[in-house]
Amino acid sequence: MRPSSSTAKAFGLYACHICGLVSRPAREGLSSCGRCGSALRSRKVNSIERASAYLLAAYILYVPANVLPIMETQSVLGREENTIVSGIVYLWHSGSWPLALVVFVASIVVPVLKLLAMTLLLITAHYQSGWRPLERTKLYRLVELVGRWSMLDVYVVAILAALVQFHPLATVTPRSGAVYFGAVVVLSMLSAMTFDPRLIWDPAQKESHTHA
Amino acid sequence: MRRAEHQPTTDLIACDECDLLQRPIALPAGGWALCRRCDGPLYRYTPGSLDRALAFSLGAVVMFLIGITFPIMELEIQGHVTSSSLYTAVQQLWNQDQHIFAVLIAATTMILPVFELAVMLSVLLSLRVQPASTWIPNLLRLLTLMRPWSMVEIFFMGVLVALVKLAHMADIVIGVALWSLGGMMVLLVAASASFNLRHLWEQVSSQ
Repeated sequence: MRPSSSTAKAFGLYACHICGLVSRPAREGLSSCGRCGSALRSRKVNSIERASAYLLAAYILYVPANVLPIMETQSVLGREENTIVSGIVYLWHSGSWPLALVVFVASIVVPVLKLLAMTLLLITAHYQSGWRPLERTKLYRLVELVGRWSMLDVYVVAILAALVQFHPLATVTPRSGAVYFGAVVVLSMLSAMTFDPRLIWDPAQKESHTHA
Repeated sequence: MRRAEHQPTTDLIACDECDLLQRPIALPAGGWALCRRCDGPLYRYTPGSLDRALAFSLGAVVMFLIGITFPIMELEIQGHVTSSSLYTAVQQLWNQDQHIFAVLIAATTMILPVFELAVMLSVLLSLRVQPASTWIPNLLRLLTLMRPWSMVEIFFMGVLVALVKLAHMADIVIGVALWSLGGMMVLLVAASASFNLRHLWEQVSSQ
């Protein structure tokens, strides 16, 4: 990083969040992009507060998402309720361990790491920490990239329920755990979207200005 | 769309992720420009990519039409055979009062892809016919906001997992629609990867 580097904000310029055009707003805080018409803002409004609210809601719903069953299978062999974990165990034992691994990563590893990563990003941004900005930006990029894949299990439940309707031989019914799990994924995606990664670099900017 | 070289219309760009101001440089074909502070992608130069996006989108439309008309799969459990298409699957979920799941499946496999394809096709086609359409910026904005919620590739992985689970319960015959839906999803992902949004914004502003 060169100490002379400067951000759009430091020059009083706004980069459009939608189309990327850099422009100088006519009046502070009240302007729209000349190219695409979106509202121009230097940083996403109340980014940390809104992202934290979504994240907190995701944490709360994470509990019922994992405790409650996500689907119910009814067959001639009897009735069976599956949670996310028991679904993975079933895949593992039935010999499809590559898929068990995919579902394990998508349904357990990704959501947990995503919640923890967003917590770290929000806390460090709140305290305007100058700690490892490059690594934190890469973490944010990773969260944005893989977060959507957690929807996998919700889709599996919905597809099975739509296809397996053979009354009275075999039926699959979605249960409330799947709804909670889907809500966790959507809420953590919203949290990542409302978080502004530029906040990671703002403290570094301040420092280089005071040193100059 | 057929510019010989990349001419940035703005003389300054700010990194999306760290807000660093930088001057765009000329890129070789297929090249990415990365932020010099945070390595974030700034822009890329993809000659001919809009033509490719048009080809992929048209291919996806054909695949989609096959995908919704033919059965996805046939299942046989103890002599009981049923076949289901995408439409009957959604209908069945709805009739069981699983409205959230019915809407989720319909949105990911039908509504959002059709919408995304329609938006991309109307932008690409109208740029060829009449480049100065005033509604193009609105469509591009819509597409930017919608993109993170388009999850066709995840849905397709879900189909694979569901098939493995089903294989233990019943005899499955995979229908032609499943293959064409898979093809539609691959083409849709390829089309949206070729749909260079920043380049399109520059085209819009240079008119």
